[in-house]
Amino acid sequence: MRVLMFGWEFPPHISGGLGTACYGLTKGLYSVGINDILFVVPKTYGDEDISRVNIIDAGQVVVSERIVDYSTFFRKIHFIEVGTSLRPYTTPEEYERLSSQEQEKSKYLIHSSFSGKLSFTGGYGYNLFQEIANYAVVASIIALQNQFDVIHAHDWLAYPAGIAAKLVSGKPLVVHVHATDFDRSGGSVNPGVYEIEKSGMEAADKVIAVSNLTRNIIIEKYGIDPEKVVTVHNAVEPLSDQELKKKERKIDDKIVTFLGRVTLQKGPEYFIEAAHLVLQKMRNVRFVMAGSGDMLNRMIWRVATLKIGSRFHFTGFLKGDDVHHMFSLSDVYVMPSISEPFGISPLEAMQSNVPVIISRQSGVSEILSHAIKIDFWDTHAMADAIYGILKYEGLPKMFKLHAKEEVDNLKWEYAAEKVKEVYQSLIY
Amino acid sequence: MRTICLYFQIHQPFRLKRYRFFNIGNDHYYYDDFLNESIITRVAERSYLQANKVIRQIIKEYGTQFKVAFSISGIALDQLQLYTPEVIESFQKLAKTGSVEFLSETYSHSLVALKSKDEFIRQVNEHKQRIMQLFGQEPKVFRNTELVYSDKIGADVADMGFSAMLAEGAKHVLGWKSPNYMYCNSINPRLKVLLRNFRLSDDLAFRFSNKGWSEFPLTAEKFVGWLKKMDKKEETVNIFIDYETFGEHQWMESGIFEFLSALPGLIYKNTNFSFSTPGEIASNLLPISTISVPYPISWADEERDLTAWLGNDLQVDAFNKLYSLTDKVSRISDEKIQKDWKYLQASDHLYFMSTKFFTTGITQAYFNPYESPYEAYINYMNVLSDFTIRVNALVPESTGEQEIAGLTQVIEEKDALIQKYESELKRLKSTKTKIKAAAKSPTRATSGSKKSAVSKKEKTISSKSGKK
Repeated sequence: MRVLMFGWEFPPHISGGLGTACYGLTKGLYSVGINDILFVVPKTYGDEDISRVNIIDAGQVVVSERIVDYSTFFRKIHFIEVGTSLRPYTTPEEYERLSSQEQEKSKYLIHSSFSGKLSFTGGYGYNLFQEIANYAVVASIIALQNQFDVIHAHDWLAYPAGIAAKLVSGKPLVVHVHATDFDRSGGSVNPGVYEIEKSGMEAADKVIAVSNLTRNIIIEKYGIDPEKVVTVHNAVEPLSDQELKKKERKIDDKIVTFLGRVTLQKGPEYFIEAAHLVLQKMRNVRFVMAGSGDMLNRMIWRVATLKIGSRFHFTGFLKGDDVHHMFSLSDVYVMPSISEPFGISPLEAMQSNVPVIISRQSGVSEILSHAIKIDFWDTHAMADAIYGILKYEGLPKMFKLHAKEEVDNLKWEYAAEKVKEVYQSLIY
Repeated sequence: MRTICLYFQIHQPFRLKRYRFFNIGNDHYYYDDFLNESIITRVAERSYLQANKVIRQIIKEYGTQFKVAFSISGIALDQLQLYTPEVIESFQKLAKTGSVEFLSETYSHSLVALKSKDEFIRQVNEHKQRIMQLFGQEPKVFRNTELVYSDKIGADVADMGFSAMLAEGAKHVLGWKSPNYMYCNSINPRLKVLLRNFRLSDDLAFRFSNKGWSEFPLTAEKFVGWLKKMDKKEETVNIFIDYETFGEHQWMESGIFEFLSALPGLIYKNTNFSFSTPGEIASNLLPISTISVPYPISWADEERDLTAWLGNDLQVDAFNKLYSLTDKVSRISDEKIQKDWKYLQASDHLYFMSTKFFTTGITQAYFNPYESPYEAYINYMNVLSDFTIRVNALVPESTGEQEIAGLTQVIEEKDALIQKYESELKRLKSTKTKIKAAAKSPTRATSGSKKSAVSKKEKTISSKSGKK
């Protein structure tokens, strides 16, 4: 069985859970017997792990000289000029550059460079819709040039590509919903994104959701037939021994960590309010917000207004080893997400023996027992839980015993098995 | 003649309200009154009052040959008095019939027997008094919280003067032996031990309405049939269950009340079984052997041990923190503190923190207000923190003992000083006699000077001894 996968990012060049999940899934599929995967990304950097997957750089695919007519291809999709405040999924690195860039209007004809290739940045820039459209064109070409049995498109950015490939090849399409715009925007969806998501789900033969929470949103908000939607929970990569080694702590104070994009969806302001409450009763504790995003400046302001700046630390975006280092220094990990389709970061924290507090409005809370669950808006409960973990030693002890074991049982192999079943149901 | 011993247990804890860490130091009222009231009212209506009615009916029909035993925890009595006093009246009516024996237990339905003998005795006495006051009976038989029993606990109970104690007929303790005989404690054989027949008891308490059970439906006739088939030499069948079985765990619709009301009649008609109270069995039967229980057993779950309450780190931590306050609390006479101390000891608080069925998703604990054991732990520990602050405020860490220690030191120092002076005095006195002896011999001048020296010395000695 050969699978043609369309993704958007692949480790190590990631900005969120999407790339990690794709990587883990492909590894898992490899181990359950699906070892022939063509994984397409907009841009490769040369240092991706290609041991189990053939990665195709969409920017290297030659588009023939014919000029592709856009309008018939995307009949129903309107391209709306995205307002400057709305960035679907910006990488923090590009954020600074973009906010000061002048943007051209989107074109309706593809402008290919002289070599016949389309250029992709592979990021989440202003001309995102343009890139997605180009990606779809390239997808149709890849679909023509290759043999495969099933198409698998990861997240809305790759849906048009998946649809294009299906139209060209006639093979079944599986659409993998890692997140919906309802999660990202907290309810006020971008109509253009919604259209793409919906058409992707409707065109697909099967829809995979990463949690029951997401599955419900798909059924209710996008009107998809429940029979078509399957929940396959994400998993987490086991830590290598090197990563497991604990780093030495130089500070006596307890450390409470928030690690994730500092954006509406992740609920950073609730973390700050809870920190404020805890600091009124405990002094020997420090709070860390590790990450970057569009709300970062607001958060810094808020911390200063509440006068807790001396106990609050902002680290900026953390990559790779820094993440593990941060976890090994932490006493508590908090994920106050407003709507989290899954949430792999608490699993990573649990692997490093850090007790976690997660919001009930997340996909990962469906499968975890050894975590403290709270409603994201309930800052009192959050503060209470933080205080409890720091004060009463019974809790960290329990978590050390049970949490890691629970997480170690969440293997990508199990997720991959379920995905394999989905493939098989479509092929045979 | 063989006998059946029916024993019913009544208990409901004062559940804690949502107590956040901000409340620590400010809010000294810990209980969820609304929840507790609604639960006890519901249980009283559905179960206690209905079952009591049935029992009264049976006693009316068969008189005092029908016997039954109850044990109501002190906390339950408090709750019933607060919210449903008619239940207490109903039990008082039963007490007057002469068919009912009340047993003794710890006032707080606590596991204090594992921690402190003195506190154990205190709680038992308080409970005894309450039973005497309400029902006019002095309990002679003891049952520990959740039937927790071990050799040592049994010995402590014997010391308190009880004639018998109830325990679980746990397989790992009995081995090939049958629970249908009377045993005695292996440390103090004067304490008789009645063992629960868990097969028959659990058939009634848990499996009665389970349609998937091989013996469903359990009619009174079937039950009596089993009793008849029992070994003729066996002497007693001990059915010890939670009173809430009737009406709450097993709903009225399951026919449990009909079962209960039909049972005595069928027993009398078809068998030679009688009904006895535990106290009667203790005086009528002879113990067949000792029973050795080195580690505590209970009537909980499959394991019949303490893991439901002390099986994980959360529970052990909470348990130890709670009882570290025992000594201080015993020195406080404030009524509110004593009341909270009683209510916080209820074993249910620990039970809510159990992780035994956590990952299987089955909510084992009935009326558990918490969604996860972690929540239960945090809530309880917050309450305990506030309680600890109050206790410490009333019994400061360093008064009496430190003062005494200080004074003792001063006395010791003074003693040393006195000893020093005494030896000096002795020395000087002996010097004085030597000089006197020498003075009686030759030169005046020298003796004169010596005399003056001596007298000077004498003067200093006398002044020194005066100073002392």
